[in-house]
Amino acid sequence: MNFFTLLTALIDGLLIGVVYGIAAMGLNLIWGVMRVINLAHGALIAMGMFTVYLLYSNFGLNPYLALLLAAVLGLLMGMLIYFVAIKRVQNAPYLSTLLATFAVNMILIGLGTAAFTTTPRDSGFSIGSLSLGPITLQGTRLVAAFVTLAVTGTLYFFLYRTIPGKHIRAVSNNRAAAELMGIPSVRVMALSFGIGAMLAAIAGALIATFFSFTVLSGDVYQQKSFIIGVLGGLGNPLGALLGGLILGVLEGLLPLAMPNTWVPVIEFGLFIFILLVKPSGLLGGKK
Amino acid sequence: MKTRFDLGFWLVLVAIAVIAFPPILGQNAALREKTFTILLAIVMASSLNIIMGYTGYVSFGHVVFYGLGGYMGMYLVDNFAAPLPLAVLAGGIISGALAFLLGKAILRLRGAYFALVTIGINEAVRTFVSNFQPFGAATGIELQFAVYKPYGGPAQALWFVYYSVVGLAIFGVVFSYWLKKSKFGLALMTIREDEDAAEVLGIFTPDAKTWAFVFSAILPGMLGALFFFKNGNVEPSDAFRLGFSIESLVMIMLGGQGTVLGPILGALSYQQLRGALLTSDIVIGAFPLKDFQLVISGVLLLLIVLFIPSGFVGWLRQRIPQLRRVLE
Amino acid sequence: MTILLSVQGVTKRFGGLQALTRVTFDLPQGQILGLIGPNGAGKTTLFNTINGVYVPDEGRTMFRGKDVTGKKSYELSRMGMARTHQIVRPLNDLTVLENVMAGACFGRENHPLDAAEKIAKEVLSFVGLNARSSQLAGSLNVAQKKRLEMARALAAKPYLLLLDEVLAGLNPSEIDGMVQTVLNIREQGITIIMIEHVMKAVMNVSDRIIVLDYGHQIAEGSPEEVVNNPKVVEAYLGDTRMVKHLVREA
Repeated sequence: MNFFTLLTALIDGLLIGVVYGIAAMGLNLIWGVMRVINLAHGALIAMGMFTVYLLYSNFGLNPYLALLLAAVLGLLMGMLIYFVAIKRVQNAPYLSTLLATFAVNMILIGLGTAAFTTTPRDSGFSIGSLSLGPITLQGTRLVAAFVTLAVTGTLYFFLYRTIPGKHIRAVSNNRAAAELMGIPSVRVMALSFGIGAMLAAIAGALIATFFSFTVLSGDVYQQKSFIIGVLGGLGNPLGALLGGLILGVLEGLLPLAMPNTWVPVIEFGLFIFILLVKPSGLLGGKK
Repeated sequence: MKTRFDLGFWLVLVAIAVIAFPPILGQNAALREKTFTILLAIVMASSLNIIMGYTGYVSFGHVVFYGLGGYMGMYLVDNFAAPLPLAVLAGGIISGALAFLLGKAILRLRGAYFALVTIGINEAVRTFVSNFQPFGAATGIELQFAVYKPYGGPAQALWFVYYSVVGLAIFGVVFSYWLKKSKFGLALMTIREDEDAAEVLGIFTPDAKTWAFVFSAILPGMLGALFFFKNGNVEPSDAFRLGFSIESLVMIMLGGQGTVLGPILGALSYQQLRGALLTSDIVIGAFPLKDFQLVISGVLLLLIVLFIPSGFVGWLRQRIPQLRRVLE
Repeated sequence: MTILLSVQGVTKRFGGLQALTRVTFDLPQGQILGLIGPNGAGKTTLFNTINGVYVPDEGRTMFRGKDVTGKKSYELSRMGMARTHQIVRPLNDLTVLENVMAGACFGRENHPLDAAEKIAKEVLSFVGLNARSSQLAGSLNVAQKKRLEMARALAAKPYLLLLDEVLAGLNPSEIDGMVQTVLNIREQGITIIMIEHVMKAVMNVSDRIIVLDYGHQIAEGSPEEVVNNPKVVEAYLGDTRMVKHLVREA
């Protein structure tokens, strides 16, 4: 095997991995703050995809501008989901929140299917490619990776340097204590769910710039988010980025050594292995 | 607790009989097909209820047992012309064996972690089977018409399958009832209520949970073999459809988890509603109602989770304590 | 006198926190041992280590002549050890009767359901809860839940009963009733260790007392010896209410 093939596959994997990572980061943020596994994550990813696709193909709006709209939409949708479906059951047994978020998933996917059917879509967007000697990288993937890193940086600045961000971390650490200190935990959790959903929508929007997709594609990426989230440690946003990189590397390199269809077997095997051996993930999560 | 098979037991049996016998009495094939899906759902929901409702462990990827049993049965029928009862039995055995092997390891995980790992296992098995040549890899297994011959041709085979699923359903609910009233059932419910207290009381929790998992896996395995034999072919995306797992959870929630009657009523009403929506002619604006089956199911599920989490039977038991002796 | 339980140099750490340091004592059959000490002294941790919730980092526990160090709590339950919890743990969605049956079914004697039901009914009338047997456990009040917790432990017919603050949160008349129940349990030949903050009660019923402070066993002896021990008074300093109690009892 050619060294450069290997290198290209590796870099490609890393670029896509960070994009997966940002969706998982949303999942981990939500789990960390309120111990909810968001089964509507896939629907939110699909929402991001369709926002970009529809605005670009119908109105010619630049996908990176459309991405901003997708982010805002994700934030609002997340807060709405929190108030409608989560708030009432968040102290109930965890089955309630699993099923509540799954119900939201059914509703969103159902609406999406009714409106857009399940035919595959492709934005057909391209910004050329970058060639470094024998290595050629698609522009959209490079930009997506940079956007992801920028979003991650902004998220960390927000969590560590701003008041609402500090509130989120406080509630995540110890909700009862945070409430005693006068932190409005309901608003903080709504905001966290909103941000988690926003990250899912951004990931979807970015994926739409380089992969084709259907209304149902969100589920595939949601499962990748689970794998990544567990790898890095549920509840650990930065762990999600690491998990994303690992998954990206696997997806980049494994197809060189085995048929493509074996890759998910390895991924899910790894997922089960981590859950059994180190359920807190590589970087340590929250129980 | 003295009278083990009391009024509640007969109520459960009558419910199954009322559902299962009309197609047989009228020899009505169309009704039989409709009822088949209801009985299928009842067996699946009642089985899942053992680990979820009695023991308190939510197996999200429970369809893995259905799919694996289906594949095992199809493999034996297709390659060795195994008779259906043997194939069904083999489906149950392989699913029970998988549950036994996984049980000790995964039932250490509590709460959402357990739910996640069961999803992971279903996906791992699905993607593995998609590559597994003896099971036909991605294309699956398709039966030759000739396999239905010993049953008097395809039309008669459908009746044979129907009688079998009726048998499974009756066995499933009787077993469910007996289990709930047994000492082992008390151990499971103690674990559900407080696992740490259960250990202090002397319940060997790892063993009890593993056996509960095995019991909840066997019938779905048998059911899978039966269904795919009837279906004539099996492929990974049908056999391991996560949505089917979750539909079973919804049925249990609808009827009332931890009760015997709940999963029966939940399966019945869910399938009826789904059927009604899918065949509906109603058009709202530019959209036919049947396009919104998923949305309506989602809204329904959300309403149950938010407002009546104990389900229909659970709600009745809470409201009218006298009914607790009857509605098990 | 046969030794029912022997705790030998048991040490337990949680991270940097030394919860128990070389705790050592022998408990003869039929006695009531009182375990006292300020909050956070390690009393409940000692219970958890004795009944297998935690594995000690050092030391051994012997129960009825067998080394049971590292045994799981369900194994110890089968061998005849039962306990109540400081914060009651009723099985809320089961009836009071079913709660107690669970104790009889899975404890030392491992009864089938019918026999367990009979025992459960006897025990429920012993603790005065028989009128509530068909109620859901979650609907009981705190005092009743404490009695339920005790009944569930007793139904297992244990040799050793660990009582973790069964008097806390009860009013004076409830305390008298519960103390009487504890004495009646001893009459049945059951050996008891009780963690208690209600000094008058624990001094009255205990044959012997062990005082824990920061995981160290600072005093041991008859109730009179213990209250006159200056180390014990020192341990409780800062907790003036306790000191007053101690002085008054002495």
